Amino acid sequence: MVDTVTSEEQTANVNKGLDPIVKYENVHKSFGDVDVLKGINLDILPGEKVAVIGPSGSGKTTIIRMLMTLEEPTSGHIIVDGKNLWEMEKNGELVPANEKHLRQVRGDIGMVFQHFNLFPHMTILENCMTAPTHVKKMSKKEAKEQSIQMLEKVGLGDKLDNYPNQLSGGQKQRVAMARALVMRPKVMLFDEVTSALDPELVGEVLEVIRDIANEGEMAMVLVTHEMEFAIDVADRVLFLDEGVIAEEGPPSEVIQNPKNERLQTFLHRFLG
Amino acid sequence: MNWNNDLFFQALPFISKGIWITLSLTIVCYVFALIFGFVWTFLKRIPNKAINWVVTWTMEFIRSTPPLVQLYFIFYAWPEVPYVGMTLSPFTSAVIGLGIHFSTYISEVYRSGIESVDKGQWEASTALNFTTKQKWTKIILPQAIRPTIPMLGNYLIILFKEVPLAATIGVVGILHLAGDFGSQHFRNIEAYTVVALLFLLMSYPSALLVNKLEKKMNMKFDKKATNGSKTLNDSEGAVS
Repeated sequence: MVDTVTSEEQTANVNKGLDPIVKYENVHKSFGDVDVLKGINLDILPGEKVAVIGPSGSGKTTIIRMLMTLEEPTSGHIIVDGKNLWEMEKNGELVPANEKHLRQVRGDIGMVFQHFNLFPHMTILENCMTAPTHVKKMSKKEAKEQSIQMLEKVGLGDKLDNYPNQLSGGQKQRVAMARALVMRPKVMLFDEVTSALDPELVGEVLEVIRDIANEGEMAMVLVTHEMEFAIDVADRVLFLDEGVIAEEGPPSEVIQNPKNERLQTFLHRFLG
Repeated sequence: MNWNNDLFFQALPFISKGIWITLSLTIVCYVFALIFGFVWTFLKRIPNKAINWVVTWTMEFIRSTPPLVQLYFIFYAWPEVPYVGMTLSPFTSAVIGLGIHFSTYISEVYRSGIESVDKGQWEASTALNFTTKQKWTKIILPQAIRPTIPMLGNYLIILFKEVPLAATIGVVGILHLAGDFGSQHFRNIEAYTVVALLFLLMSYPSALLVNKLEKKMNMKFDKKATNGSKTLNDSEGAVS
């Protein structure tokens, strides 16, 4: 069902020796008394595809939500393209970032959500056009051209004037991807994007992600439960367990040849 | 005492002259409440515990005191308040009193409208890097306003029915004129029947209208609602 690519080919895609596009430095996150993340250190290289796996409650989603600025880290630093995301300099001191600073830095990041979060009051085309026109100040004509191009790429060129509620879950998720892609982020985050879909609709969404991944230039972080897909697309897999990265490496090691005992148990449930 | 048809038809035009005042007071109060309701909603969203506490309890206080008492206070007691006190006309007093009273309810309507918008809509607009203002104007408000329209309509009708309270401080609406008519002719039944009739004639069609609006909005909103984890396998028919 899935063509498996060898790990050598996968690592060849990674631009070795580049500065990381995203850097997590000892990042902690607690919700109340619960420590969700207990010191995450992670470099993501430009163009690198990273899959994050792990049991639910292990903090996988929190990792990417902090990068999207939807969740503030309790401590530690997240550096995006050399810029400190959650802190800024003011009179020579590091202070918590304000909205203006966050907007400057998060322009490089895009995200696709589990529940799509399409704008229900806009057509498919408007969903894609709204951010380029209002955030990037692109001309309507240009935004429209690029949005149509992106929607055609995800196979929805014939649905431009439909509203989200007229689409299937798989179609909605593909619109959500086009909407994020049209902003040309350097890093794209995928938060369990197939979890809310009926099983028969998962394939079409993974297909699109695979196409995007093959283009190469954009770094991708995929929080996923689709192990075969992770093997196929990812350059590197992180196994997150109890708030730390318990094991990491190419998929051929982490998924196909796991060392960590809890990882073995975890994978057993998915791969049998 | 018997019903007097002649008196009824005398009372009708006499009292109807007050319709204009009653309606305009309703409209002005309503607009005042809509604007002030927005102010409350805005104040309540300020992330400061002290401000939040003051705003919450002020609103609670306004809601728990009868509007009639508030009208009396504004009209009779406010002029005696040192420094800030001033004499206000009956109409202005009624606008401030009823307007502020209803603004606390309207504010709740706004709040429920805003909260009806899925959290994911905020997150998606953050992910697309909208400014705070753009999030409100392009994404949240267009979705938040729609479900509040029937509720706002209901409050308009409720307000309309509270407006006769203003007669007690001397606003010459239909209730006040009915009182005048009654004391001139030493009979009240015809005059107050006219008042009841006029209110029925104005409220009932409005209520029907709001009902219809509500149904229409619900239908539209059901059709447009999305974003749940529930997925549709097939495209539905086009929404015209």
